Amino acid sequence: MSVLAAERIKLTTTKSPWWCTVAIVVLGLGIAAILGISARSAYGSYENALASGNPPDFEPFLPTVADSVTGVSGFGVLVLMIMAALAITSEYRFGLIRTTFQAIPSRASVLVTKSLLIGVVGAALSFVLALGGFYVAKAMAGPDAGQAMVLEGGDAWRSIYSIPIYAFLCVFLAVGVGALLRQSAAAVALLLLWPLLVESLFNLFGSIGRDIMPFLPFTNANNFLGAPGGVDFHWGPWVSLLYFAAFVAIVFGASIVVVNKRDA
Amino acid sequence: MIEVTGLTKQFGAKKAVDDLTFTVRPGIVTGFLGPNGAGKSTTMRMILGLDQPTSGTALIEGRPYRELTNPLQTVGALLDAKWVHPNRSAKAHLQWMAASNGIPASRVDEVLRLVGLSEVAKQKAGGFSLGMSQRLGLAGALLGDPKVLMFDEPVNGLDPEGIVWIRKFMQRLAAEGRTVLVSSHLLSEMALTAEHLIVIGRGRLISDSSVQDFVDHASESSVRVRSPQLDALRSALTSAGLTVREPSAVDELKPALVAANSTTEAIGDIAARHQIVLHELSSQHGSLEEAFMKLTGDDVQYHGADDSADARTTTDTMGGALR
Repeated sequence: MSVLAAERIKLTTTKSPWWCTVAIVVLGLGIAAILGISARSAYGSYENALASGNPPDFEPFLPTVADSVTGVSGFGVLVLMIMAALAITSEYRFGLIRTTFQAIPSRASVLVTKSLLIGVVGAALSFVLALGGFYVAKAMAGPDAGQAMVLEGGDAWRSIYSIPIYAFLCVFLAVGVGALLRQSAAAVALLLLWPLLVESLFNLFGSIGRDIMPFLPFTNANNFLGAPGGVDFHWGPWVSLLYFAAFVAIVFGASIVVVNKRDA
Repeated sequence: MIEVTGLTKQFGAKKAVDDLTFTVRPGIVTGFLGPNGAGKSTTMRMILGLDQPTSGTALIEGRPYRELTNPLQTVGALLDAKWVHPNRSAKAHLQWMAASNGIPASRVDEVLRLVGLSEVAKQKAGGFSLGMSQRLGLAGALLGDPKVLMFDEPVNGLDPEGIVWIRKFMQRLAAEGRTVLVSSHLLSEMALTAEHLIVIGRGRLISDSSVQDFVDHASESSVRVRSPQLDALRSALTSAGLTVREPSAVDELKPALVAANSTTEAIGDIAARHQIVLHELSSQHGSLEEAFMKLTGDDVQYHGADDSADARTTTDTMGGALR
């Protein structure tokens, strides 16, 4: 408990976690609002085209529950990962990590407590924002463009509650990567490029790439979040969650082993 | 009590700390002395469980650091005053440290007052001057009211007022019965602060003795003597088997002689036997710096490229404080 108290004070007494939180809120709700507004205007022009007697050759974009929360699941969680990675890399950067390990010689408990704290806070925040984002998008889209956004059935609800679970795991991944690399720039670059770029590159590798895709960690996380992205999975969303969790556990476990062995 | 046994740290092919064994006792300030790069900081980091020793052990109150519960209540250490988050206030920095070791939050204000930082407690630590940072580090070390205290080069970069303040502070801590280990590359500073000296060079133990013993044994003691019958005295001393030389100082106005490795008693006896009048008879201790140089001269890690410049380089390595 004393380690938790210490980490809580650390987290709340510098400004950057607060700014990251603001960014997560703005991204989560802002993107939901933009999505709703653009869906409504697109639907409006579709109706206008119908009314003027020349039926358009496209279907209107009707965002789903999963679409309405991409601001949280996509961008918000990325910012959360940056915040979690910085929580450990900034300690390395300023040498503060030595003060930390002097106060708390059990290095594993430092990493686990830090991750738990940011993970629980991030999960709670992202759950509230997911719900908020859904209602904002629905309200902005209006009844017609928002007709597909209905919180009914397992898949629709999973789009909401999968986000805090995903966010929680991502925090452990980010702290693990941060502890392994010890450098803010390197850790942030890796954590951003990996889900945003590296995994989608496999699309370019033809049939081999497509065979590998269902085994990539973030692709599996997306499957759990309800956005399989056209990948042909060998298993369902819950196995995908386990797959992603196992991947996070391996990275985080490796970081504990390395940090324990390494000179601080 | 700090007990270091056979402590060794190898970085690649280089042994930064080589089979060090010493004990730091409570109640006195123990100086940990050596030229830059001698392995002082590495030794202290191993004592604190930050670096893993290649072999050997370091025990604090009989236990390895990493096995201490709430270690800040047993050991307070200031190894680097800059090991803080620059955007966190001094007070918040101490608050998380206190919380991590079950120290009441009220103690934070106490130590801030103790080191004279109450006024700036809410300011960011990153904006502190070196002197203020050192005080903050000291506050962190004192937070848990520990029995054992370790400071690595605490007076580095401080103004004379700060140096005197820290020196008195450490002596007070030792007088309270605590174990105090202070590292420095400045022998003159250690001579004023410490009672006991552990001297290392290139990671090896050179000397472990009281400051007085260190000076007595390490430095040459010579005798300076003046006489109106200087030539008679010179031959008398030489025939007694003593090495005699002229005083080195160029501004020496009155003629004098210096007899190496002798005592005032011996010289006085010789003069009396030859009925030579003496105007001055005084023993001269080599300075602490000379003693230190003599002991560690071969152990300075980073010599200049030019071997003939060794003596000068050594002096420079000591931070110029030896002059």
